Amino acid sequence: MAITYTSGEQVEVYRFSIPATILIPLTAVFLQAWLPLRFRFFSIFDLPLLVTIGFATARRNPLAGLFTGGLIGILQDALTHQPIGLYGISKTVVGFGASSLGIKLDVENAGARFLLTILFYVVHEVVYFMIARGLIGLHMQWSWPHEIGSGAANAALGIFVYALLDRVKQRT
Amino acid sequence: MDVLGRYRNLIVLVGVLFAQVLGLAVQVRRTTDSEPTRLIRIWAVGTVTPLEKMLAWVQTSSGGMWHNYFYLRGVRAENRELKREIERMRLEQARISQDADQARRLQALLAFKEQFISQTMAAQVIGSSGSELSRSVYIDKGERDGIKPDMAVISKDGIVGKILRVYRSTSLVLLIDDQTSGVGSILDKSRLQGILRGMSSGEVVLEKVMSDETVPIGEQVLTSGGDGIFPKGLPVGTVTKVAPGSDLFLNIRVRPAADLSRLEEVLVVTKVDEKQAEPDKTATVRAVDILAERLPGVPPKPETASESAGKSLSATPDGAAKPAAVAGSPAAQSAPKPQSTTQSAGEAKSKSLPAAAPPLPATPSTGTLKGISGAVPGTSATKSSMGAATPNSSATKVGPSNPGAPVVKKNIAPASSATAPVTGTLPATGAAKKPSAKAVSPTTAPAASSKPQPKLPQPQPQDTPQ
Repeated sequence: MAITYTSGEQVEVYRFSIPATILIPLTAVFLQAWLPLRFRFFSIFDLPLLVTIGFATARRNPLAGLFTGGLIGILQDALTHQPIGLYGISKTVVGFGASSLGIKLDVENAGARFLLTILFYVVHEVVYFMIARGLIGLHMQWSWPHEIGSGAANAALGIFVYALLDRVKQRT
Repeated sequence: MDVLGRYRNLIVLVGVLFAQVLGLAVQVRRTTDSEPTRLIRIWAVGTVTPLEKMLAWVQTSSGGMWHNYFYLRGVRAENRELKREIERMRLEQARISQDADQARRLQALLAFKEQFISQTMAAQVIGSSGSELSRSVYIDKGERDGIKPDMAVISKDGIVGKILRVYRSTSLVLLIDDQTSGVGSILDKSRLQGILRGMSSGEVVLEKVMSDETVPIGEQVLTSGGDGIFPKGLPVGTVTKVAPGSDLFLNIRVRPAADLSRLEEVLVVTKVDEKQAEPDKTATVRAVDILAERLPGVPPKPETASESAGKSLSATPDGAAKPAAVAGSPAAQSAPKPQSTTQSAGEAKSKSLPAAAPPLPATPSTGTLKGISGAVPGTSATKSSMGAATPNSSATKVGPSNPGAPVVKKNIAPASSATAPVTGTLPATGAAKKPSAKAVSPTTAPAASSKPQPKLPQPQPQDTPQ
C-alpha cells in the first residue's frame, strides 16, 4: 500500500457537518478540562490537539486546518490563566501542517496516523515551549523522553479518536 | 498575483500567526491584576462550566446515594472508631484550650493583633484548566456568591490557592503548585521565612531561605501571612527534600498538605478579621497571674491578718520593711493566701515578704498601706503596693494613715477606686501613671488577699479559625 499519493491518484477530501464541527471541538475542550480532575493520568493527553489533527487530515485544506486549529487553541487558552494565544499559535501551526501533509500522505491507516500524531504532538510542544519561554517568560524544562512518551500515549488515544471522527465525516 | 495565489496558504498562515503573536505580546505587556476579564474567556467559561457543574452534580448525587443508602459496610466499626477519636480529641482540646486562653491573655496584654478567619464559603471543584502548565481549577461559586479576586482558598488539610478570576457563577482558582503563584511561608520550628512557588514540573519549592540555614526534612511549613492573602498559621505542607540551590539560597522541596490533584470540596475565605485580643472584662488579668498558674502553689498558712502584720514588723527589728518580690518572681507567686478579705494591702504585703529579702525602712503609720508605700517611694515594695491597686484588685478607704495617704482595705472592687488613692500617695511611681504598667504590675499578697484562689479569666468568645 502506497504511503504517498502520486499525481495520478485522486485525493479524497472529507467534510464535517456544522453541528459536528462545533460540538466535537467543544466536547474535546470540555473533556480535557473535566477528566484530569477525576483521572489524574489524563492530563498527559491533549484531546483538542487530536481533534485538530483529525479534522485537518480529513479536510486536507490548509486554510481550514489552520483556522480550526487556531480556534480550538484559543478556546483552550481561554480556560487557562495564561495569556490567550499560547495554544492558539501552536494548534494553528499543527492544523496547517497536518492538513498540508494530509494531501501528500495516506493518513487513512492506523500506522501512519500513529506516527503523524507523534510528530505533530512534538511540533506542538516545541512551538508551545518556544512561545511560553521566549514571549511569556515562563520557566519550562524540556525533556525529550517525556515528550516522546506523551506523544506515543496521545497517538495511541488518537487512533480511537480518529476512528470516531471517521464515523461522522462526510465525503465531498 | 500568481505569486500571491501560489503562496496564499502560507501567507494566510503567516498572517494568522503574526496576529496571534501580536495579541499575545499585548496581553503580556498589559497583564495586571486590575485587568478586566476578556470576553473570550467569559464565553469559553460560560460554555464549558455549565456542563461541568451538571456532571459534578450528577456525580455528587449518585455518589451520595450509593454511599448513604447502599454501601454502608463497616459503618458500625467506623462509628466506634470515630467515637474513640472524639474522646481523644476532647482531651486534646481541653489541653489546647488552656494554651489558647493563656495565649489570648498574653496577646491582650501585649496589644497583639491577630487575624481570624471569620467567614468561609464551601465550594465544589467542577473543572480544571486542562493544561499542565496552568495549574488552576474552577469552582462553582462566583461573583453572585460574593467571591472576589485574591480570596484565599483552603481545604481541610491546608491551603489550596487563591481566587484568580471571578465569573458570574464560577471562579478560577490558581493552585499553589502553579509556577506563577507565590505564598508567603514560614517554617514551623525554625521560623525561617520564604516564598512558596510551583515549578513547571508540578513540584512545590520554598525559595529565599539562605543556604547557611538548617532545615530538617519533615518540618512543617505554614503560611506567614506576609502575602496579604492567606491568614497566618495555615498549614502549607511538609519539607521533603533540602538541597543547595542556586545563588545563596536553599532548594527546599515541599509536599503540599492538601492533595491538589484530588480536590473536590474547598473553602473560600470570604472574610478575615484582624482584631486585637481582649482580656476578660469580668476579671482583669495580670501577667503574674498567668505565670502563677504555671508555678507550683504553696499551701496557705492559717494565719490571721493581725498576726501577719505583727510578723511583718517583728521580722524587721532594724525598723525596716522588706521589699516585695519583683513581678513574676516565684516568691511573689507563692505568697500565702490571706484568710480575711478585710485584710489591708500592707498587711498582706508584709506577709508576702520573704525572709531573705532586704528590709525596707519602716515609717510610723496608722495604716498598713501607708506603712509600706510611704516607706520607700519608688522601691519595689512601693510598686507592689501599686500592684495591689491594680485593676484586678480594689481598695477601699478605711481611714487615713497620714494626711494624703489613705489607708486602703483590700477587696475585690473596681480598679478605679483603688488607683486614685494610691496614686495620690505615690505620685512618683510609674505604675500609677501608666495604665499599661498597671496591667503588668507585680502581684503580691495584696492581690492575693482579694482572691483566695487566683482567678483566671474565662476564655473570650472569639472567632476561631476554621
